[in-house]
Amino acid sequence: MQQPDRIAHPWGERTPYGRDGRWPARVDQHLADGVAPEDVQRWAKSASLLHSNGDAMDIAVVDGRIVGVRGRADDRVNGGRLGPKDLFGWQANASPDRLTRPLVRMGGRLVETDWDTAMGRVVAESKRLLERRGPSAIGFYTTGQLFLEEYYTLAAIARGAIGTNHLDGNTRLCTATAAAALKETFACDGQPGSFTDVDHADVIALFGHNAAETQPVLWMRILDRLAGPNPPALVCVDPRDTPVADAARESGGVHLAPLPGTNVALMNGLLHEIVENGWVDREYVEAHTVGFAELEKRVQEYPPDRVAEICRIEPEQIRSAARVLGRAERLLSTVLQGFYQSHQATAAAVQVNNLNLIRGMLGRPGCGILQMNGQPTAQNTRECGADGDLTGFRNWENDAHVAELARHWNVEPTRIPHMAPPTHAMQMFRYAEQGSIRMLWVSGTNPAVSLPELVRIRRILSQRRLFLVVQDIFLSETAQLADVVLPAATWGEKTGTFTNADRTVHFSEKAVDPPGHGRPDLDIFLDYARRMDFRDKDGRPFPQWHDGESAFDAWAACSAGRPCDYSGLSHAKLREAPSGIQWPCTAENPDGTERLYTDGRFWSAPDHCESYGRDLVTGAPLEETEYRALNPDAKAILKAAEYLPPHERPSDEYPFVLITGRTIHHFHTRTKTGRVPELQAAAPDVWVECSKDDARRLGLADGDAAEVATPRGTITARVRIGDIRGGVLFVPFHYGYWDTTGSGPGGGRGRAANELTVTDWDPASKQPLFKTAAARLGGAS
Amino acid sequence: MSKLRLVLRELHRGEAGLARDLLAVADRHRADHEIFHVARDVAGWSQEHVRRIAEVGADFGVRLNPEPRWTLPGVGVLGRRAGAALARRPASGLLLLADLRHVHRKAAGVSLDWELLAQAAQAMKKQSLMQLAADCHPQTLRQMRWANAQLKVTSPQVIAS
Repeated sequence: MQQPDRIAHPWGERTPYGRDGRWPARVDQHLADGVAPEDVQRWAKSASLLHSNGDAMDIAVVDGRIVGVRGRADDRVNGGRLGPKDLFGWQANASPDRLTRPLVRMGGRLVETDWDTAMGRVVAESKRLLERRGPSAIGFYTTGQLFLEEYYTLAAIARGAIGTNHLDGNTRLCTATAAAALKETFACDGQPGSFTDVDHADVIALFGHNAAETQPVLWMRILDRLAGPNPPALVCVDPRDTPVADAARESGGVHLAPLPGTNVALMNGLLHEIVENGWVDREYVEAHTVGFAELEKRVQEYPPDRVAEICRIEPEQIRSAARVLGRAERLLSTVLQGFYQSHQATAAAVQVNNLNLIRGMLGRPGCGILQMNGQPTAQNTRECGADGDLTGFRNWENDAHVAELARHWNVEPTRIPHMAPPTHAMQMFRYAEQGSIRMLWVSGTNPAVSLPELVRIRRILSQRRLFLVVQDIFLSETAQLADVVLPAATWGEKTGTFTNADRTVHFSEKAVDPPGHGRPDLDIFLDYARRMDFRDKDGRPFPQWHDGESAFDAWAACSAGRPCDYSGLSHAKLREAPSGIQWPCTAENPDGTERLYTDGRFWSAPDHCESYGRDLVTGAPLEETEYRALNPDAKAILKAAEYLPPHERPSDEYPFVLITGRTIHHFHTRTKTGRVPELQAAAPDVWVECSKDDARRLGLADGDAAEVATPRGTITARVRIGDIRGGVLFVPFHYGYWDTTGSGPGGGRGRAANELTVTDWDPASKQPLFKTAAARLGGAS
Repeated sequence: MSKLRLVLRELHRGEAGLARDLLAVADRHRADHEIFHVARDVAGWSQEHVRRIAEVGADFGVRLNPEPRWTLPGVGVLGRRAGAALARRPASGLLLLADLRHVHRKAAGVSLDWELLAQAAQAMKKQSLMQLAADCHPQTLRQMRWANAQLKVTSPQVIAS
């Protein structure tokens, strides 16, 4: 059963269904050439690790090799479907250039060694720094691709054993604003909605969320609704004319293409219309929220004419989009990087929450909010506290929460740093630049390509005074700069669990052995802990767990009573379950929970909440007393925000706004997908997308080599003329140097989008902004 | 009335000074990108306050410049150079703490002056002044909280490392 060409037709055949109907199953499968389904000796249970959708699949094994994948028909997330990255991506596991042995730097070169030598160096350096400079000299920068058990263990080691405040994930780049927006509105993280809301909605609004490319299987679900009876109307906000924008127009909805950096003005304009036209659910607002008066006052300043001028769109477009949103009976809103990586990220994402709240559209089938994630296991970094949160959605400002966590870990509460919010990634790199962080342990990510302003990042990572440990499966651009490289095992080579953007927890089973001496990240972290001889209060080795299953059980206990409650889950239960299970899942609620906040009650009581919130402009955390005065009754918080102009605006010299983003064929910095023949052939090199008019004016034709420059750097890229709004450029961020010049551009021209991006982040979520940089475009000389 | 003019004059001086200081702090800490961007954003609030104080001042017979010079010639460049020279050294952290401490104290002074104006406006039943204080004072408090929060976040690393 081979599939039709899923590179040319990424979303496959339609299986239409109507409102409130059940999404029909469709099983997608891809096996290596010459392998028939009956040849497969074993199917190992897993889910996708190349985007945040969490599509359930089984891994086909023949003679100890992975030979393909098959979607799982009975899973709630995908009903058997797989996107192109899932169908082909597994081949990367068997790439000939996988790291198979640890490497250490000797005389300026990385040379192969054994685990004892490599770990010996890491341990010696850790001990030296702890003795001479204390825990604040050590930082950990992790990923959105490890498993839950690994993040939980890393968080315990960093915060509970070493006692450093410096632990964050590259999920800072993709999901920090989702978490921040939920914390601002609901005072606690936790995805309110469910993917099944697609089945029931009559309006689906996608804010800066190109689902067609970022979450192709969720997009299939929407396409199937659009092809069935009673289809929903779509509202799409995106400066590019994406497949989502097309579908929005065809569905009788609206596509809005605001100038990048103006999302808050746009959202305030939409809310203005909702309020003005009486589309507010006053009863819901009264019963379940605080802050409406201030919101109402704020949005009064944003009538459509003013907003149209700021966003450079027609006022009538704002009115018609507001009409669709205002008259919706069941409104599902989704948000992604178009908001999260743009100017005033949290403020804009929070206004989407406000939209659903003032319309009373939450907690019922079809009425939901999905603040999406970018990376596959981003959800777990947030829950486990490996991304600048305290483990289990706990509040670093609440001493009782810190004490509770300390009890679970059996360490003194003073061991867990909580004098200030956990350090975010960009600040960690700043501390390394200043020389106060002297050891950085990077696991499963590639900052030398993924962070903004790469000239600066490479300079920081290359410092001699910085001891750089990189744990990865390939010799990435970052690994090439390391002092020690640790070869890891990946998806299909280790057992554990992970959670998708709608709280669905999946079990991922080991299918094959990792190549060479590669080891699961969990084993590496635990090995480090034992070699460091970390102990708990009673002198027992800390962490007290020793493998994936015991790590999961420790986490489940630690999460009990918190919103992300896993206490009803275990490896055994997830292994047997036909489908993934949504948290919270407890003994009383063993099948999990489809939607949060169904009763309009929130996790916002001052003693329970994860956060007291922040000032959306300055990022300053609110004090506990301020929060208690604002929200004594545990309601949702309607937080108003003023629009501020972006920090870097187009000028005569740099007349364009540059935005970066992803393509359906690649993941992150292509370390896996660039090694997969079908995906690499589909999108082999970087391009720059511009509008027809801009190309004509500059004398550029499709396929020409062009130069894109900002005050920070220059790249060359092929011109792709597309339906993007005039004055805006799009460059995909996947392309780096591992398959060209090494760790950086060498003497030549760059090709990584982040040579160009500005160092600026949202003050509330600390998410770097990849969608506001002034740029210049011209023919390449 | 002359005492009210004194309060307006003092507020104008304080807000203009705060705006200048925030812009100078931004210039000195370009490598601390959040400080750089947010200091400039909130300096904009003070600049707007200066314009509005000057506008209202005219009604009370006090002439105030709505657009004073925001940077002293040469100072911005010097600050930028000093900041750049220190950017990759731990000492830049101490300089930042000193600057944030200064901003906090300065904003606290301005906040007190807004308090004085609001009280006087109430006593004298001057609606336009009450509105002015109601609009501007909360932003001054946000500037203070920002400086305070940044101090709290940055100081452990600067001092303990």
